[in-house]
Amino acid sequence: MVLLEVKDIKKNFGKTEVLKGVSFSLDKGEVLAIIGSSGSGKTTLLRCLNFLEHADSGSFSVDGETVFDAAVEYSDHEIREKRLKFGLVFQSFNLFPQYSVMENLTLAPKLALKKKKLSAAEKKAAIAEIEQKAAELLARVGLAEKRDAYPCQLSGGQQQRVAIARALALKPEILCFDEPTSALDPELTGEVLRVIKGLKGEDRTMVVVTHEMEFAKNVADKVIFMADGVIEEIGTPEEIFEHPQSEKTKAFLNSSLEKMY
Amino acid sequence: MGFVEVTLSLLNGLEQTFLIFALTLVLALPLGLVISFGSMSGFKPLAYITKIFVWIIRGVPLMLQVIIVFYVPGFLLGTPLFTRFGSVVAAFVINYACYFSEIYRGGIESIAKGQYEAGQVLGMTKSQIFFKVVLMQVVKRILAPMSNEVITLVKDTALARVIMIVEIIQAAQNYAAYGLMWPLFYTAVFYLVFVGLLSLLFGFFEKKLDYYKV
Repeated sequence: MVLLEVKDIKKNFGKTEVLKGVSFSLDKGEVLAIIGSSGSGKTTLLRCLNFLEHADSGSFSVDGETVFDAAVEYSDHEIREKRLKFGLVFQSFNLFPQYSVMENLTLAPKLALKKKKLSAAEKKAAIAEIEQKAAELLARVGLAEKRDAYPCQLSGGQQQRVAIARALALKPEILCFDEPTSALDPELTGEVLRVIKGLKGEDRTMVVVTHEMEFAKNVADKVIFMADGVIEEIGTPEEIFEHPQSEKTKAFLNSSLEKMY
Repeated sequence: MGFVEVTLSLLNGLEQTFLIFALTLVLALPLGLVISFGSMSGFKPLAYITKIFVWIIRGVPLMLQVIIVFYVPGFLLGTPLFTRFGSVVAAFVINYACYFSEIYRGGIESIAKGQYEAGQVLGMTKSQIFFKVVLMQVVKRILAPMSNEVITLVKDTALARVIMIVEIIQAAQNYAAYGLMWPLFYTAVFYLVFVGLLSLLFGFFEKKLDYYKV
């Protein structure tokens, strides 16, 4: 069943065409890895999906419902509603430093609660639910004992796991990762990748922009190789890594392999 | 002219000093935030007007501004707009709000874009992001420059005597007119205690915010 359908997304920064028409679809429960060299547009694509950039043309839909159409002007309020279909985990974590781990997870859900008109009892129940859900998510990423710690007391890998839990706390339909391990020391990437891999077991739909070829190969159901703002090649990990068709894909994979040794 | 009498009279002056200080601080802190929003506004005319205003206020001596606020409305309208004390506070509030606004602007602009984006993808509104995410980080960043400005403010209050407010220096100078010089030097003790207490207070705040890094 198709969950995410992206149609002909184009994005320019000034005169630079960063995305020149990107289309793909993703089934529910699938993990999509987007690979490609720097400047190929993969991060911009992710940012368009999360409404951090406004695509110049194109559209995308989630579960059959059009979430974004470049031809339509959306109000701030509409964008806030629509972007919650997606969650985003940043390269640099972007935890809120003045809040504890637990507060990082519950801040946004609690603020969203304020806009709803609830009775005192309903509100109390809702807050209890938010906190319970947050505690579960922390346990899920293996950081239950860090709930009262502050981000500066955590390693990069732990911070990124908190960021993943924070994104999950808002129950997104599609979770996006923007190079989630690029800011981490090599010995810390494993713990983050394991968490992402574990989420796949829970039937989550994910889009992962990554430089970790092994991860893309082993975890993804679908791989997109981007070059110069277009999808150069799309297929299963086996198709992309074992039998790449495009010369650009071959060249990229060769140079990535060289870097490993 | 005994020590006790001089001390009491200087304390009277200190009361004026403290009032100017406290009122300026309480009013200029929020006004500065408004001005900093103006200078960062996406609406260019507003940003330019605010920047020109800040340039003028920071470019003209505070002493002159106090004189202007007190005398100029009188020349133009035939009647003064403020009392002497009111003029001092008005001039100080505007002047310090402009300095504060630049400190705020520096603090706000130093917060990483990722903090705003994290708030956005979590569905927070612009004002929630500013007040719940950014503000406390700004506060921590600007604490040191703010403590500098606040300490300067303590001593700037002495400018009020240019329009005959009897703050602590003027109180001491009244003795100097009779040839008694030591009260003037004695005022330094009061300033030192005042500033010392403020430094302790700022140190306390810094410690309070020590639990996180920005």
